[in-house]
Amino acid sequence: MGANKADAFVDITDVKCPVTFVKAKVAIEELEDGQLLEIRMNDGEPVQNVPRSLKDEGHKVLNVDNNGDGTYAVLVEKGGLE
Amino acid sequence: MKYSNEQLERYSRHIILKNVGVKGQEKLLGAKVLIVGTGGLGAPAAMYLAAAGIGTIGLVDFDRVELSNLQRQIIHSTKDIGKPKAISGQETIHAINPDVTVITYQEWINSQNITDIIEDRNYDFIIDGTDNFPAKFLINDACVLTGKPFSHAGIIRFEGQTMTYVPGKGPCYRCVFKDPPPPEAVPSCKQAGVLGVMGGIIGTVQATEALKYVLGIGQLLNGYLLTFDALEMNFRKVKLSQNRNCRICGDNPTIRELIDYEQQVCELKQH
Repeated sequence: MGANKADAFVDITDVKCPVTFVKAKVAIEELEDGQLLEIRMNDGEPVQNVPRSLKDEGHKVLNVDNNGDGTYAVLVEKGGLE
Repeated sequence: MKYSNEQLERYSRHIILKNVGVKGQEKLLGAKVLIVGTGGLGAPAAMYLAAAGIGTIGLVDFDRVELSNLQRQIIHSTKDIGKPKAISGQETIHAINPDVTVITYQEWINSQNITDIIEDRNYDFIIDGTDNFPAKFLINDACVLTGKPFSHAGIIRFEGQTMTYVPGKGPCYRCVFKDPPPPEAVPSCKQAGVLGVMGGIIGTVQATEALKYVLGIGQLLNGYLLTFDALEMNFRKVKLSQNRNCRICGDNPTIRELIDYEQQVCELKQH
């Protein structure tokens, strides 16, 4: 996690596209602008697509950490690009 | 509201849309839409609204399913022949989406019951899927008097039309069409025929209007009549203005009570 402290966490490794992004979107909609969400996602299609989709919706991807177990921890700031 | 993974998956293509999202889907799940008539127009409208997750759908129809309905009324199946249309529609909706609550009204609408039906669940939006002018004027007048938005539509042969009424925001059906034509001047759907797909196209436009109204997005067809000619494959959007002399929504309305207009004998004899 580094220095950033997430306000919420969601694990989207238990669902497949497009529910991966949907689940992340549901989690981020519950936050206020400027709050941080940590998302645990699988390597491959999710890590390639979900951060990009979040950027398209105006959220800022602050950090992507490889957890070393086939998953990534992605830290996103709600509305950080708006 | 907490979504299950199944619900997230069911509504994922909505939730992904920026204009819908989680909050929009919650609006849909909390919305109540009344569909009058489960025929050519009401059938596809009801099915798409059910699939979209409109939480409460009211179905008004006194008819029973007949073999001749099945060429266009896709909410009913061959096995449903003889069954009340409202019940057949309810079963199809539940098969599509068990999240939806269906309220059935096995009644002919008239001046005495229409307001009670609209107010039964305090419906947010009404879809006119009827096939006769008395019902269309009745729905219009009832919606104007109760302050409810509704979608009008009609289909015949290869043509269809639809408009949306939003209280205080543009003309009502009576602003444009004034009074029903004399009963003998009007061919009913039964006499004139209709290409089966017409209800699919126009009824789905009506469902789209209901969804947009609930979501509060886009431009509705209030102040416009959308006409569709299937043979020429032409859509036309005709601008309409409010009629200040309209007898129901004008400056000095003279209609204060609902009217039961005379209906064609052939429409009634079968029931």
